[in-house]
Amino acid sequence: MNTYLDIDHVGITFPTDNGPLTVLDGVNIHMRKGEFVSLIGHSGCGKSTVLNIVAGLLQATEGGIILEGREVNDPGPDRAVVFQNHSLLPWLTVYDNVRLAIDQVFKKTKTREERHEWTLHNLELVHMSHAMDRKPDEISGGMKQRVGIARALAMEPRVLLMDEPFGALDSLTRTHMQDSLMEIQADLNNTVIMITHDVDEAVLLSDRIIMMTNGPSARVGEILDIDLPRPRDRLELAENPTYNHYRAEVVRFLHERHLDKDKDKGNEAPPSVAKKQQAEKEAQSEKEEIDQLRMIG
Amino acid sequence: MSQSITSTLSPSLERFTALFTITQPKKLAASIVIPFIALLVFLLLWSAGASHIQTSLGVFPGPAKVWEQTLALWDEHQAARAKEHAFNERMQKRVEKAIAAGKPQEKIDRIRERSYTGPATFIDQIFTSLGTVATGFILASLIAIPLGILIGMNQTLYQAFNPIIQLLKPVSPLAWLPLVTMVVSAVYVSKDPMFSKSYITSAITVTLCCVWPTIINTAVGVSGVSKDLLNVSRVLRLGWFTKTMKIMLPSSIPMMFTGLRLSLSIGWMVLIAAEMLAQNPGLGKFVWDEFQNGSSNSLARIMVAVIAIGFIGFLLDRGMLLLQKQFSWDKSAVLR
Repeated sequence: MNTYLDIDHVGITFPTDNGPLTVLDGVNIHMRKGEFVSLIGHSGCGKSTVLNIVAGLLQATEGGIILEGREVNDPGPDRAVVFQNHSLLPWLTVYDNVRLAIDQVFKKTKTREERHEWTLHNLELVHMSHAMDRKPDEISGGMKQRVGIARALAMEPRVLLMDEPFGALDSLTRTHMQDSLMEIQADLNNTVIMITHDVDEAVLLSDRIIMMTNGPSARVGEILDIDLPRPRDRLELAENPTYNHYRAEVVRFLHERHLDKDKDKGNEAPPSVAKKQQAEKEAQSEKEEIDQLRMIG
Repeated sequence: MSQSITSTLSPSLERFTALFTITQPKKLAASIVIPFIALLVFLLLWSAGASHIQTSLGVFPGPAKVWEQTLALWDEHQAARAKEHAFNERMQKRVEKAIAAGKPQEKIDRIRERSYTGPATFIDQIFTSLGTVATGFILASLIAIPLGILIGMNQTLYQAFNPIIQLLKPVSPLAWLPLVTMVVSAVYVSKDPMFSKSYITSAITVTLCCVWPTIINTAVGVSGVSKDLLNVSRVLRLGWFTKTMKIMLPSSIPMMFTGLRLSLSIGWMVLIAAEMLAQNPGLGKFVWDEFQNGSSNSLARIMVAVIAIGFIGFLLDRGMLLLQKQFSWDKSAVLR
């Protein structure tokens, strides 16, 4: 396989007050160019941590990220991120939010007119041209997320990282956004890693689903190749047995993880369910705490 | 580009015209009638209560007496202006006479230099107070905002400055005043000073007391920039300067304005006390002089000053609120 993005035996251990906490242990993912991969798993298993490490917002303590043959450590516009909370600057208009990213990335390579055109193009791509001059507090959640996607795409990233981009949206808006995303993906053929909790979304959008084990010391549990032809129509697929089979596979994986039937080899004897849930909770809150400290510092 | 200009103009225009359109008569009536009635009740209670309080300077002034003195102060102001006008005319005539008589230049200049030396009227004192508080407040803002930004951005600086800020914040202006007076007397020596010493002393005392809310609120605003926005700046690889100007400063403007508003209201309160002791010819001095004067009208005149001080403070606060609503992007904050 021609590896474009290599998440190479990535592990990360945080020093906490209760001792070192290994959130990830030996996560190994190889991605081809133009591939759409979904990362799915239970809350607190470390999916966002993997994404943040690929984005360069966190540093892995073991292993590394290799993009097109070169290691990448720092955040940058070549690995654009779409955050769960849109993260638009509230004092800038929609146009200015996207333009800010474009000006930063293409300051030297595009002229002012070209950058203006490129902003308009990306806003059109997400169907937000009509709301160009509005501020974020004047548009809906779905629209804000579209602008976030436009901003990420405008940077012409080599890898697009999406952290539960549609998690905060209602069901109907989510379906529209998924359709838009598929449209864009057909057009641009980006390399995408998307974190999601929605099984339907994962099967519908991705080429591969990577299912992670529960934390701490999470790693890749199972990988599912989605062999459905594109373009994919959700109404057709609802009747498709292959689609339903894939869906069932993912649900089974998640359900089994939840019931703590540990399928991984080389794990120590699994603790009781209550203790494991406690550990998950602790891992999540400690991870958040450390994330905060790292972001500020 | 032009789109964004017109879109910022029209909402403001809309808001302005909205002030003058009566959309719901019932609501408007309620919002005027209720305060009006409350004011009436307050005046009646004041009038009734005042007549029972006997002081060494006479009966405590009720609303009627206070109104009488308001008119008296205004008349005094008008009379003083007329006097000054007449004086200037007389001086002008003398200058013309001197030029016609061929007197030496320096004598003519000396006539020109003679200015009206009547006492400051109540209205003049209001403007002096406003000028002094503006000076003190602007000076405080120029110090507090950059300092607040630095402290907010750097944890070490915050830990260094915080104890000092907490220690100096509660100090009363009356405690600062003697120190400031002595320092100003020693340092501000000039043959032809632009500002009087009392002016400088009052302004500096105002600065010393109103600098703290702005520092603290600016620091909190800067340090509380959303992590997500900081992550955006990291992904975009924004330089330190760009990050500060485009993300940290705009993000902290709402908190900054809160601090400025607090500072101004504290500054106005401090000013009156400072003027009283520093003898800066403003409202503070007016109150002090009236008190020392001890005439039968004094208490009423002091009440006029009290109302004026309250009203001006209210106007200052409303002014800052208007600015805050204009510049603050945080629509979720309830600004009243």
